[in-house]
Amino acid sequence: MSGSSALRYLDKTSSKPLVRHLIYAGSVAFFLGIILVPPILGVALKWGAIGEVFQSSSLMSRASSAIYASFAIAFLVSFLDLVAGLPLAWFIARGRSKWLSVIDTLADLPFIVPTVTLGYSLLLFWSGAGGVSQIFGGNPLVSPGWVLIVLLHFAFSYPAVVRVLVGALLDYKIVYEEAARTLGAAPVTADRTVTLSILKSSLIAAFIFAFARSLSETGATVIVAGAFESGVVFIKNTRDLGQEGPMVFVSFVLILTACLIYLGIRLLGPRLKIPVKKVWPSAERKLSDSRVKTFRDSITMFVFLALVLTPSLFIVFPVFSAIAGGTLNQAVAGVGVWQGYWQSLLLSYLVAAAVTVLNALASLPMAILIARKRWGATASTTLDVLSNVPMIVPSIALGASMKIFWSNFAFMPEVALIIFAHLSITYPYFVRTMVGAIERVGIDLEEASKTLGARPFAVFRTLILPLTKYSLFAGTIMMFARSVDETGATLAVVSTMKTVPVLLVDWVKHTVPASPMDIALGAGFLVLLSFVILLVLRLVVGGRY
Amino acid sequence: MPEIKIVNISKRFGKIVAVDNVSLQVQDKEYFSLIGPSGCGKTTLLRIIAGLVEPDEGEIYIDNNLVNKVPPEDRGIGFVFQTYALFPHMDVWDNVMYGPRVKGWEETKSEKVGDEMLRMVRLDERLDAFPHELSGGMMQRVALGRALTAGAKLLLLDEPLGALDAKIRFELRYDLHKLVKDLGLTAIHVTHDQGEAMAISDRIAVMRKGMILQVGTPQELYNNPEHIFVANFIGQNNFLEGSVAKTDDDKVQIELSGGLTVSSSSTLKKVGERVVLAVRPEIFTIEKGHTNRHNSLLGVVERLIYEGTNIRYEVRLENKEIVVVERPSLTEEWFKTGDNVTVSFPSEKSRIFAYPSEGLGKELAVG
Repeated sequence: MSGSSALRYLDKTSSKPLVRHLIYAGSVAFFLGIILVPPILGVALKWGAIGEVFQSSSLMSRASSAIYASFAIAFLVSFLDLVAGLPLAWFIARGRSKWLSVIDTLADLPFIVPTVTLGYSLLLFWSGAGGVSQIFGGNPLVSPGWVLIVLLHFAFSYPAVVRVLVGALLDYKIVYEEAARTLGAAPVTADRTVTLSILKSSLIAAFIFAFARSLSETGATVIVAGAFESGVVFIKNTRDLGQEGPMVFVSFVLILTACLIYLGIRLLGPRLKIPVKKVWPSAERKLSDSRVKTFRDSITMFVFLALVLTPSLFIVFPVFSAIAGGTLNQAVAGVGVWQGYWQSLLLSYLVAAAVTVLNALASLPMAILIARKRWGATASTTLDVLSNVPMIVPSIALGASMKIFWSNFAFMPEVALIIFAHLSITYPYFVRTMVGAIERVGIDLEEASKTLGARPFAVFRTLILPLTKYSLFAGTIMMFARSVDETGATLAVVSTMKTVPVLLVDWVKHTVPASPMDIALGAGFLVLLSFVILLVLRLVVGGRY
Repeated sequence: MPEIKIVNISKRFGKIVAVDNVSLQVQDKEYFSLIGPSGCGKTTLLRIIAGLVEPDEGEIYIDNNLVNKVPPEDRGIGFVFQTYALFPHMDVWDNVMYGPRVKGWEETKSEKVGDEMLRMVRLDERLDAFPHELSGGMMQRVALGRALTAGAKLLLLDEPLGALDAKIRFELRYDLHKLVKDLGLTAIHVTHDQGEAMAISDRIAVMRKGMILQVGTPQELYNNPEHIFVANFIGQNNFLEGSVAKTDDDKVQIELSGGLTVSSSSTLKKVGERVVLAVRPEIFTIEKGHTNRHNSLLGVVERLIYEGTNIRYEVRLENKEIVVVERPSLTEEWFKTGDNVTVSFPSEKSRIFAYPSEGLGKELAVG
């Protein structure tokens, strides 16, 4: 069958309602069977094991403290990211400085640093002998523990929060602010009473994003936690010791609480009212003064440079030292620990490629289901909320639960477990991107296409795909990058195989005898490869998705 | 109430000159309209007056005070946006009370003013409705009430009726004019609808490509357009190309293509000069058959368009050009397609313009 006749056949087949329903049902079945149910159900299957925790008060106390620490840090970090990120987003979206494009690019730089590398970079910057401690007589300014975890989580969520808010500010109709100004409102008053209220949904989205990332982040957290135990560190520690009961207990509580908090924010957040009636004309007029604005912008830039950018990129120095010291030659030759590194890197990229292709194919119908409400508004909203669950749930808890679930199936190879875990973790990134893109394609275009005789599959390939291609690229590249970066769920499911982030955690924790130069260079390679991936994203997609 | 003076204002956006050395004066309590095609710079000029855009050159005076560096919130203006810009998260009452609140006015006084303004715009029964629950006409009235409640003395209106359907637009234009006059405000109204501007303005400025072509009362612009674009933009006109054959003290004889000759009032043209003759459709008279009248042209009715109050005839002349003749439908005999007719016009009711160097089509183009 030739290409064009194959397409005609597919077009014709797509006209049959049964075929379409089967495709959508298949996509939903994939989502439920692979993405959602195993991570949720797994812990339920081992419910009996949690008795161990209730029988030991010290274990219960330790588990409770770890769970509390996770949520406390997540709330604190999300709040700080929002408070610190909003001014920078405002500066980028509204600023007129000649340095704007530089700052905009710098704000994206932390994205290129994989989280496990970020963790190591922050550890060196805040606690290492060569870092900021040099200013303080060699004493670590911040030792491994909860403060360093807060700094880490703040740093890695900050660029994403800024991006979300920049997007919202650029989409925002400035005419509302102009109207407020013509009615006598000083700029600060207009921003507070009008702009922030209208952008409320974006503020909530940014908060949820930062919250979910903080709760979920594992690899880098393990690196900087020291002896401190947050929820994810507790799960890793108990898993390493084979303590199934405590691991299941904390995983279950984290999963359940994360879902409830997410639902709570999602449902109640829109009802949250930002106070707009009370005004302080005189004070807000003073705050609108250009000198105050300059001071505010200076503080914003200091926070960004001192707490986010510099610590994130500090890894560059030990990387150069490693190269100068000859570690590069060993790395290229695959000597010592480097043989395992390249094997892990290959595994990481093969898994990422498989996950990207599988998820793209399986989740596209889901994205159409949600965006076009093919099964009604209620089903669309339900699927939309559920498809975000893997992003909300801490990845190590998700991985632990998945391992329990799939262990009930014989002959489940370890690489399949890794792929299933990564499918779950990366799924929401693609679906959210594509739902947004498809919603932006006007329904009138589809209707026009149908009136001109196009069958459903023809509408999809001649209209939806071309008009969403940039989002398709962006979604697949984000999935790929996220999979390469994924640590927590991988840590939970692996026994013998190691992806490169898992290997680096072992190197840092000295489970594998790697030197500081080895660690630095290993992290450096990851940064370089991530930079290439994100450069491709920027070049191909630009701002068009 | 303020007088507005605009002196040599220019504004560029990259290579595009949006406003080109514009000077203008709007009198106290005047209802002044800025009209012109899309992209002519009228909205940019309005936004410069409001302080939402900074001019590259020139000065703006409000009541003889230079306001170039004064921010919008301190200019004492009210601005009604084309999209109304009602705050979506506030109901009608909160939208209207926004101005007094942010200025820190005393609450009782503010509420009294708000009540009064909402009564004037006839929206006092929808106080708790949100913008998405209102019709276009209602939103327009809320936007107006909001601007007035904030104590504006100068009202700037950017196509305030543009988003409404024709019937509502027609009704609201008079409401708007009456409100402004009753409150004794100065208003500058931007629109591309010349009918709207003609109906409610004391004076009108016609803009094109960033420049003001003519300022005058509606009657002046309609009866005595000084620029061929104004003649085309305000009302409708027939444009006939020709050249000056003969001149007298008070008349000019013009030879049209095909050897047809007509006369028009003298406008100091020279013999041989290429010109364009402009005659409004309602100025023409039309009679059946071929009669020999002064300033008459023979032709055939090619199309008849019934418009209710009027009938428009498209008449193809002997030189193949088409003229449009508009006559009242109720009082006159009707002609049919194919009828031989004679169209004529009084020479003093026509206008002559020099033939545009860029070509007639280009000069008349509205887009």
